[in-house]
Amino acid sequence: MKNTKDLTQLNRRSFLQVSALAGGGMMIGLYAPKAIAQGGRGGAAPAATPSTYITINPDNTFTIIAKNPETGQGIRNALPQIIADELDVDWSQVKIQQADLDAKYGSQIEGGSTAIPSNYNTMRQVGAGGRALMLAAAAENWGVPVTELTTASGVVTHAGSRRTATYGSLAAKAATMPVPTNIALKDPKDFKIIGKPLPGVDNLKIVTGQPAFSVDVNPPGMLHAVYEQCPVFGGRPVSANLDEIKKLPGVKHAFIVDRVQIQGGQGQGLVPGVAIVADNWWLASNARKSLKVQWEEGATATQNSPGYATAANAMKAQASQPPAAGGRGSAVLGNVEEAFQGAAKVVEAEYYFPLIAHAPLEPQNSTAHFKDGKLEIWSPSQIPGLAGPAQAAGVQNTDVTMHLVRAGGGFGRRLASEYDYQAAKIARVVADERAAQGLPSVPVKVLWSREDDLAHDNYRPGGFHYFKAGLDASGKMIAFRDFVASVASVSPTGEFPSGFVPNFQVTSAPVNPFSIPTGALRAPSTNGVSFVMQGFIDEVAVASGKDPLQFRIDTLRNPNPPAAPPAGAAPGAAGARGGGGGGGGFNAARAIGVLEAVREMSNWNTARAALPKGTGMGVAFQFAHAGYVAYVVEAAVDSNKKIKINKAWCAVDIGSQIVNTSMAKNLVEGGFIEGMSHVMGWEITIDKGRVQQTNFTNANAALGYPPTRMNQAPPSVEVKFVLTNNNPTGLGEPSLPPAVPAITNAIFAATGVRIRTLPLVKSGYSWT
Amino acid sequence: MPNYRLTVNGRQQTVDVPAEMPLLWVLRDTLNLKGTKFGCGVGACGACTVHINNEPRRACQTQVSTVNQAVTTIEGLSTDGSHPLQKAWMQVDVPQCGYCQAGQLMTAAALLRRTPRPSDADINSAMSGNVCRCGTYLRIREAIHLAAGNGARRA
Repeated sequence: MKNTKDLTQLNRRSFLQVSALAGGGMMIGLYAPKAIAQGGRGGAAPAATPSTYITINPDNTFTIIAKNPETGQGIRNALPQIIADELDVDWSQVKIQQADLDAKYGSQIEGGSTAIPSNYNTMRQVGAGGRALMLAAAAENWGVPVTELTTASGVVTHAGSRRTATYGSLAAKAATMPVPTNIALKDPKDFKIIGKPLPGVDNLKIVTGQPAFSVDVNPPGMLHAVYEQCPVFGGRPVSANLDEIKKLPGVKHAFIVDRVQIQGGQGQGLVPGVAIVADNWWLASNARKSLKVQWEEGATATQNSPGYATAANAMKAQASQPPAAGGRGSAVLGNVEEAFQGAAKVVEAEYYFPLIAHAPLEPQNSTAHFKDGKLEIWSPSQIPGLAGPAQAAGVQNTDVTMHLVRAGGGFGRRLASEYDYQAAKIARVVADERAAQGLPSVPVKVLWSREDDLAHDNYRPGGFHYFKAGLDASGKMIAFRDFVASVASVSPTGEFPSGFVPNFQVTSAPVNPFSIPTGALRAPSTNGVSFVMQGFIDEVAVASGKDPLQFRIDTLRNPNPPAAPPAGAAPGAAGARGGGGGGGGFNAARAIGVLEAVREMSNWNTARAALPKGTGMGVAFQFAHAGYVAYVVEAAVDSNKKIKINKAWCAVDIGSQIVNTSMAKNLVEGGFIEGMSHVMGWEITIDKGRVQQTNFTNANAALGYPPTRMNQAPPSVEVKFVLTNNNPTGLGEPSLPPAVPAITNAIFAATGVRIRTLPLVKSGYSWT
Repeated sequence: MPNYRLTVNGRQQTVDVPAEMPLLWVLRDTLNLKGTKFGCGVGACGACTVHINNEPRRACQTQVSTVNQAVTTIEGLSTDGSHPLQKAWMQVDVPQCGYCQAGQLMTAAALLRRTPRPSDADINSAMSGNVCRCGTYLRIREAIHLAAGNGARRA
């Protein structure tokens, strides 16, 4: 690597930290800079302790720390890839080591597609700093200027004197040297590792069945726990037949756990329940079949899904009322009601999407060991934190050691960590009970069943949307209105077409009571909002007589920015912002860019006319979590409402650089497949305050929770990355939302039937 | 508790467990073979797929007392990733979270034994009992074709 650009803003010695290793190696770390110490949710405040990111071993191999939790999004590859490229070593020389949870690493969160945007530059600087040290050591050893040196594959070369030295051989020297002042970053065209489709670092473990996941954690002597929670949200156990349970085969402990409100935790805290601890999980689970609990169910037991729908429907007359001043979740521009009066055409529609569960394939679990007043815990959390386990076990944060273990899927479910709290509490009680019997403490794993997982989630909130739009005689949209009867719903106050229509109003009012716990699911909030907004916009486009793709572009080309930020909008928001967090400012040119790209990929302009009867193409785009994604879907629908996805095309703009092209494409393919689950089968319904769905399948189909399967998946999802001169951002979230309306809009194109309610299985549809 | 003799990945073992204990939990908790995964407990997701006498079976639905033929788990497919399907899985970079992949591989291995050169329809038919929540189905299809010598057929 020769061509370099000085892009660095490193504060030299206060930033990089270097120390020698016995045997000639060295470690390179850094003081958590502001750039990565932005969160704090994942740990405590950053401390002034250097974090080691690179260990240079004497044998010229390089151990690189992966600091963030891995739940399948590929970050265990991505962040080390960035370091390794700037360090200028070969990927084959790199060993990846997962970091424990430690404040010195700054934010360690898997969520919001934040890992790349918040770490990209810092990881580059860490790697480049390591390389600069090697150059400095070689220059001093050989008495030549650094500018005459080059690096590649972990070797420094002085071409003039034909001398070479491995980083490993330079490490002892480099560890004694001041950190160089001019640390240059690579020109991206010289990247060898960033931007390559490098396979997952855990792939060998995964395909050979070696322990890799949280559920595989197996410290010596471990016991296994099940945890029964009240089926009604907010309920608690009053008593249980614990003495009977304790006599069952293999059962070692059985006890009631009271509610613990967690300060600084997430989700619902430690929900009360009954723990059964046994020699193995099946024995604990088998004993649970005999468990009889007297529950205090609480007020939520009167709530049910039809009740929410009835209440929402009774509120829709509020749609034409202006929002209360400063009301939450409301935005207003111009005067929609006046504009409707003068419109050549109005379009009205009611949309609904349901509560859904995350259902990662690895059921919730955590393993904890309470010993000598300290807690050791192995967590699959996306948002690992010490506070919850510490409070549940009754110790200080500083008494907790937390290991981050690969999780079998996250999708936002593991942004609540109650399994960690449960494991900590159960391990503490087990340790105390064993101590009373003179027995040493043992680790305990708590593992939920699939039924537990569906019944005790923080669900993606549903939404009841009542839309109206007005068009002028030329077919231009002049007014757009949405009213949200909210069941913890998101009001799309800043979503497109906000900022692109002169009269715009979004208001909301709560359905009361609604007491179901809700939380973030992949791409909050656009995972549901994209369906309704991009679905209704499609209706408006059809009413205008225009090509739905061109209608979106035409609208995006005619901004109507509000003179002042609308009520409820983020300060400084200009036009649509959307994105549900981490979005930043909406850039219409980037949205147009992905629409243009997907139009070309799919031959949108010519292919549609050639489609047979019953086959159609639909389009949708979404700005989410700083990314711009547009899909076109071709779907065929037969007379029995059987749907086949023939093909999908996807254009993505997440900035100037894709860190790992294989994983990025995988996330798009997976986002589309997940979108198919949202479209067809996924709905959580409530009856008597409890969830009705039990498992992926149920003899009564309405009680199943069917995910997309192989035979339903299209032959291909064609992906194009539109590279733009913007900072690289994440893709886990944005790849999902517009898949849903692109499919439902394709169904409309195929059949003329507009899809306004999900999931489709309730309307008699199925995949072929 | 009674004793049961099992042959797992070519090795004879005796386990002292209840008759109705599912093979899944005998493998995971008694024999410490963690590769076979728990996903649903009702035979609906395929994460626990093993071979019994070379046929794919749901270990969560198989009581240990009924197992009287050789069991192969993901750990027995190969220990070094040298099975053609394992190699293809790594080459295509199939996994996202990876949790379902042991079950996917075991189902695919049984498919290739029966149908060495499967079509897309053969693959869809054989594999549709295995859920991948991350949605890696397109790559699984490609990897099976690759292992079968059909070549990579991705768009």
